[in-house]
Amino acid sequence: MVVKVQQQDFDAGAELSAMSEGRDEVGAVASFIGLVRKTVDGKPLAAMTLEHYPGMTERQLEQLEATARERWSLDEVLIIHRFGRLEPGTQIVLCAASSAHRQDAFDACMFLMDWLKTKAPFWKYEETEDGGTWVAAKQSDDDAAARWK
Amino acid sequence: MKLKLVYFAWIRDKIGKAEEVVEVDQAVKTITDLVNWLRTHSDVYADAFTDMSTVRCAINLDYVIADAVLSEGDEVGFFPPVTGG
Repeated sequence: MVVKVQQQDFDAGAELSAMSEGRDEVGAVASFIGLVRKTVDGKPLAAMTLEHYPGMTERQLEQLEATARERWSLDEVLIIHRFGRLEPGTQIVLCAASSAHRQDAFDACMFLMDWLKTKAPFWKYEETEDGGTWVAAKQSDDDAAARWK
Repeated sequence: MKLKLVYFAWIRDKIGKAEEVVEVDQAVKTITDLVNWLRTHSDVYADAFTDMSTVRCAINLDYVIADAVLSEGDEVGFFPPVTGG
């Protein structure tokens, strides 16, 4: 398990390559990259600031990984999540799971993102020309996480 | 009992600080007791904790529910429902 909570950007290509390098058993790497959208409710976004709860974030992500490993046959799990002030179009999160076969990798990656959205203590603050607001949690995210129960 | 309280996102904005150490009365046993105790201390807590359905809590980095029991030295986090990813 690799969990990185960091301010700086990441090289998704290099990170994903590293997951299968020198590992003969890996037949599938599934991944997700989350980006800062350029608009919010039709208005241009100036920036998004991500805050998190240091320590609790890592703990929650590690618990998610343990749950994923109980459910699927996984080789490696990678989660990189950025914090701080991010410009529109930049990367926020990279989530990846590797396995011998695609189904486990796909399912685990989707599960990890759905649960990260409802468990990992991050908060988004959006700035537009109208000022700044904390993003409200979405019911659709709770519903997405609930389907894995 | 001494507790470390940490606040995030709009809850921190409303309370006006990111963390503090408090010495609570003996009557304070649970998260709910703590919230009620804070509410009586100043309007900023009363305001931040108006609607507890919009507040999530953690003790020592794990999610807890409102009737969770507190212990000496615990770190208690208060924050809104999460919005990462």
